[in-house]
Amino acid sequence: MSSGRPIGTDVHRRRILGAAIAAVVAPMVSPSVAIAQRGPVAARPIPSTGEAMPVVGLGTWITFNVGNDPVARDACAEVMRTFFAAGGRMIDSSPMYGSSQPVIGHGLRKLGRPAQLFSAEKVWVGSGARGRAQMEESRRHWDVPRFDLMQVHNLLAWQEHLPILFEMKAAGRIRYVGITTSEGRRHNEIEEVMRKHPLDFVQLSYNILDREAEERLLPLARDRGIAVIANRPFREGALVQALERHPLPAWAAEIDAATWAQVVLKFIVTHPAVTCVIPATTRVAHVRENLDAARGRLPDEAMRKRMIAHVEKL
Amino acid sequence: MSEWWTYTLSDFLLFSPRTYYRLFELHNAELWPAHFVAVAGGIAVLVLAKRGGPAAGRAAAAMLALAWASVAWAFLWQRYATINWAASWLAPAFVVQALLFGLFAMRPRGLALASGPASLVRPGLAVAACGILAYPLVSVALGRGIAAAEVFGMVPDPTVFATLGILVLAAPAARVALLPIPLAWCALTGATLWTMGSPEWWLLPAAAVLAIAAAIRQRRGA
Repeated sequence: MSSGRPIGTDVHRRRILGAAIAAVVAPMVSPSVAIAQRGPVAARPIPSTGEAMPVVGLGTWITFNVGNDPVARDACAEVMRTFFAAGGRMIDSSPMYGSSQPVIGHGLRKLGRPAQLFSAEKVWVGSGARGRAQMEESRRHWDVPRFDLMQVHNLLAWQEHLPILFEMKAAGRIRYVGITTSEGRRHNEIEEVMRKHPLDFVQLSYNILDREAEERLLPLARDRGIAVIANRPFREGALVQALERHPLPAWAAEIDAATWAQVVLKFIVTHPAVTCVIPATTRVAHVRENLDAARGRLPDEAMRKRMIAHVEKL
Repeated sequence: MSEWWTYTLSDFLLFSPRTYYRLFELHNAELWPAHFVAVAGGIAVLVLAKRGGPAAGRAAAAMLALAWASVAWAFLWQRYATINWAASWLAPAFVVQALLFGLFAMRPRGLALASGPASLVRPGLAVAACGILAYPLVSVALGRGIAAAEVFGMVPDPTVFATLGILVLAAPAARVALLPIPLAWCALTGATLWTMGSPEWWLLPAAAVLAIAAAIRQRRGA
C-alpha cells in the first residue's frame, strides 16, 4: 500500500512499483502560461531516449472536434492552457478526428506555442504514397515546425507507412515513431510489429476493466523498451459514469484519489510499462482533475489488485 | 476491416451531441432570416402537392431540387463536413437527389402528384407538413431551444422528412428513382441520433417506414 509520501520523493515507493515513475518534472511552461502551484506531476522516461514524459497527457478524440464554432474553439484553448499550466505535455490527435487538428492549432497559437508541448500525431490513410501529404497537412493544421511523435493509426497500411516514418525520424523530421490500436483489436498483429520493428511508442487501450494488454503487449513493450500510451481510459466516459453510481471507496484516500476518474487514471499510470495516459475532455475542471491524478501517492501492486477486485464487483 | 464485429456505432461517432446541435445554432444565426424563405418554399410545395396535376408536379420537383441542393452545399459541405469527414461524401449524394428532382421537374407530368390512391393523400400531406411546419419545434420540445431549430430546406432531417411525405403522393416511377437516397439518409441519421442518445432518433426512420408502406400499398392496389 502507499506510504503516504509524495511520489518523486519516495525512492522506496518507486522500487515497489517496479516502474520508472521517474523523477518528478517541474512544469516547463512558457512565459504565457501560468504555472500551477499544486505540486509537480509524476513523469516517466521514454525508454528510447530517457526524455521525461508527464504520465497524464491530453487526448482529443471527439472532444476537440468542434468545427468552426469560435466559442467551442476558445473553450478547447482554455483546456489546453489549463493542461500546460498543470504540467502536461503530450497532446494526441489524428486526421481521423474531424476538426481536432485545426482546433489544436488554434489553441497553440492562442497560447503562444508553449515550449513544453509534446505533439503526438498519426498517419491515417490507406497508402504510403499519400501518407507524406497527409502528415504535412496535419503539421500545417497544428502549425508546428515538426511533430514529436508520429504513429500509424490503427495499423492502417503500417507496412507502407513505417519505413517512411523511420526515414523521417532519421532525417530529424519527427522525433519518435509509433503505432496504435484501440479497444483490444488486432493485438496479434501489433505484437508482431512490436517484435520486428524499432518502435519508440505503442498506443493501445488499457484501463481498470480492459486489461487484455497486460497479457502480452505491456510486458513486451517493457522488454523491448517501447513507451506505452494508454488510450480510452474512461471508455469514452461510460466507465466513470458507471463508477460514479457507487460511493468512492475508503481506500481511495490512501492513494490521494478524490474522484473515480482519478482512481482510474492512477491505476493505469502505475502499470510498470505504461508511460502515459491520454484522457480527453472539454472541461477545464476535468483537466485539473486528470493532472491531479499524477500527483500525490500512487497505488502499489497490492493496491492495484484491491482496486481491480473492488471495481469488478460493482 | 479486420475484427469488424468488435465495432459498434459509437466507434464511428466523431463528435459530441453538444457539438452536433451547436451546428444548427451557428447555421441558423448565419443564415437568418433566410428561414422565412425556406419555410415559405416548403408551404408552397405543400400547396402544390395538395393541388396535384402536371404543372404542380413540375413546380414541386423544382422546389425540392432547390431545397436538396441548398442543404448539400450550405449545410453538409460547408458546415457538417467540419466535424464529420463523411459529410463530404454525403453532400454529393444530396446533389444527386437534387439533380434527380431537377430531371422530374423537366418531365411533362413532373412528380405526377396525387396519382395514387386517395387514402394516401392525407398521410403524405401530413408527413410533409410535419417536416415543414412542425420539425423546427422538435428542438424546442426537447429543450434545445429555438436557436437550434432544424428548418426545411436548410438542414437535412426536416428536408428529408418532408420529401418522404411528398413522395408518398408521387407516381411509382418517381418513387423508385427518388426514394433510395432519402431512405438511406433516414437510416444514417437514425443511427447517428440513436448513438448520441437523442430522443428524436426514431422520427426519420418512422417516416421512412411510412413511405415504404405507402409504396407497397400503392403497388398492391395497382
